[in-house]
Amino acid sequence: MAWDSRARRVMMIYLPLACFVLILLFPFYWMAITSFKPNAELLNYKEHNPFWISSPTLAHIKHLLFNTAYPTWLKTTMFVAIGSTFLSLFASTLAAYAIERLRFRGSPYVGLGIYLAYLVPPSILFIPLATVIVQFGLFDSPMALILVYPTFLVPFCTWLLIGYFKSIPYELEECALVDGATRLQILRRITLPLAVPGLISAGIFSFTLSWNEFIYALAFIQSGANKTVPVAILTELVTGDVYQWGALMAGSLLGSLPVALFYSLFVDYYVSSLTGAVKE
Amino acid sequence: MSVTTLPSRGIAVRQPGWIARLLDYKPFLIVMCLAPAIGLLTVFLTYPLGLGVWLAFTDTTIGQRGIYIGLENFQYLLKDPLWWNAVFYSIFYTGVATIGKFALGFWLALLLNNHFPLKSLLRAIVLLPWIVPTVLSALAFWWIYDPQFSIISYLLVDVLGVRSTNIDFLGTPWPARFSLIAANIWRGIPFVAISLLAGLQTISPSLYEAAMLDGASAWQRFRYITFPMMMPILAIVMTFSIIFTFTDFQLVYAITRGGPVNSTHLLATLAFQRGIAGGELGEGAAIAVSMIPFLVFATLFSYFGLARRKWQQGEAND
Repeated sequence: MAWDSRARRVMMIYLPLACFVLILLFPFYWMAITSFKPNAELLNYKEHNPFWISSPTLAHIKHLLFNTAYPTWLKTTMFVAIGSTFLSLFASTLAAYAIERLRFRGSPYVGLGIYLAYLVPPSILFIPLATVIVQFGLFDSPMALILVYPTFLVPFCTWLLIGYFKSIPYELEECALVDGATRLQILRRITLPLAVPGLISAGIFSFTLSWNEFIYALAFIQSGANKTVPVAILTELVTGDVYQWGALMAGSLLGSLPVALFYSLFVDYYVSSLTGAVKE
Repeated sequence: MSVTTLPSRGIAVRQPGWIARLLDYKPFLIVMCLAPAIGLLTVFLTYPLGLGVWLAFTDTTIGQRGIYIGLENFQYLLKDPLWWNAVFYSIFYTGVATIGKFALGFWLALLLNNHFPLKSLLRAIVLLPWIVPTVLSALAFWWIYDPQFSIISYLLVDVLGVRSTNIDFLGTPWPARFSLIAANIWRGIPFVAISLLAGLQTISPSLYEAAMLDGASAWQRFRYITFPMMMPILAIVMTFSIIFTFTDFQLVYAITRGGPVNSTHLLATLAFQRGIAGGELGEGAAIAVSMIPFLVFATLFSYFGLARRKWQQGEAND
């Protein structure tokens, strides 16, 4: 009986789970292994086992770092991601505080309006936005991305932070108000320090989302040096008919690492706020 | 008590200047707090949305202001086989990928809801496909689908021997369409699984205990407890998923750019090709605007279709 239930558990839970993990992780394994394979092994499955590397090489990564503008692309992407994250956190913290704490007539509708903005997909907006960006003289500038990314970051962060502010007891603020603190002092000294976990998860979400963004960066940036990693790899590294798979995969791997590292540092915040946001 | 609070109140009133007092005036503070968010969203979201609808009724090209031409762009699209093709593939792509994502994601959520060691580590690992930039993982799929060096072909031909030739994943229309859908499902599973897992954890175990006592089978417990209790969250996650799958751009642009012979164009990639790459801003905007009715319909359908069930089955018992 005991053995039977254990065998059943293996078949019903562990085996399917193992398949899921295998399939979900395989592309990353394939990306990583391709990055370190010498070209001879890369294109010869008959003599070399494709799932393993017999003589790993750093040639692809070296090529990427020294013969292409990859370091510049990384810097631009980092600059854009950090800039838009701070701008979004600033705007959405204030907005969430006003909606949840300053409470005024119509504040639920303002909240709903901001939330609905999240449902407007970038694929509908990129053409008119391109003309707006040109009008502002920001075409081909990373500043354009920093200003545009908050359109999808602010709704998300505001939504997340409203939830966090809700969890902070209102009495704390009332006490401070009675003691003569101004509203801004309350926000800075009481509400914000208590909302740090929420700010961290909103920050991680914003950072990963702006690191991943593609369509705006593709449409608004023209010159090679100002491109972000996802766009640059696709438009600058994919050249001709013979693809340099080693360098392409190395580029994808390096481009994924900052997000993956950032994510793994704060994974608990990330998962709990994601599940928390859905529970709301 | 009053002796200690009075002076401090007095200081708080006397010390700050008119700026601080203005900032403590609630209506002004509310406006100040909302200004950055509302300002950004108005300038870069609401205004472009309106401008996009306007552009769709003009013949604007890059570098040239257009004039109002009424419904001409849309009449042209209705006669354009490529637009119809993109409509067909967008619906097909969204339909098949959503079914795949939800079936597999729900299964994964049910599996992760069990108790086993290293559970939180596994959850973290499972989310990875969703974290990593889509274009970068799409490149990995492009390489996996390579006509000559595909690892899938290698497994099928050389290791398992079930086929004699390599599969031409991206060179012919239908295999290319399904290859893209597979990559989209792969990327979507983690988000669906983690969201539904959150929903599963809100279901009270006492419901299952009661059902077990009444002798309900595992399938009956799923059918009459898990499924109805999950309806609200399923409706929300599915609405999101449909919107973002229908308007997907990155995956198709990175892997096929709409080819072969334009068979894998989604409305978004077609709009990019005509609007930005081709310079026909008006026509591109019209293609983008033509997504809106589909989006509204799909959203209403998924939301009300699922939410109505929730009311029927009663939500009082939670």
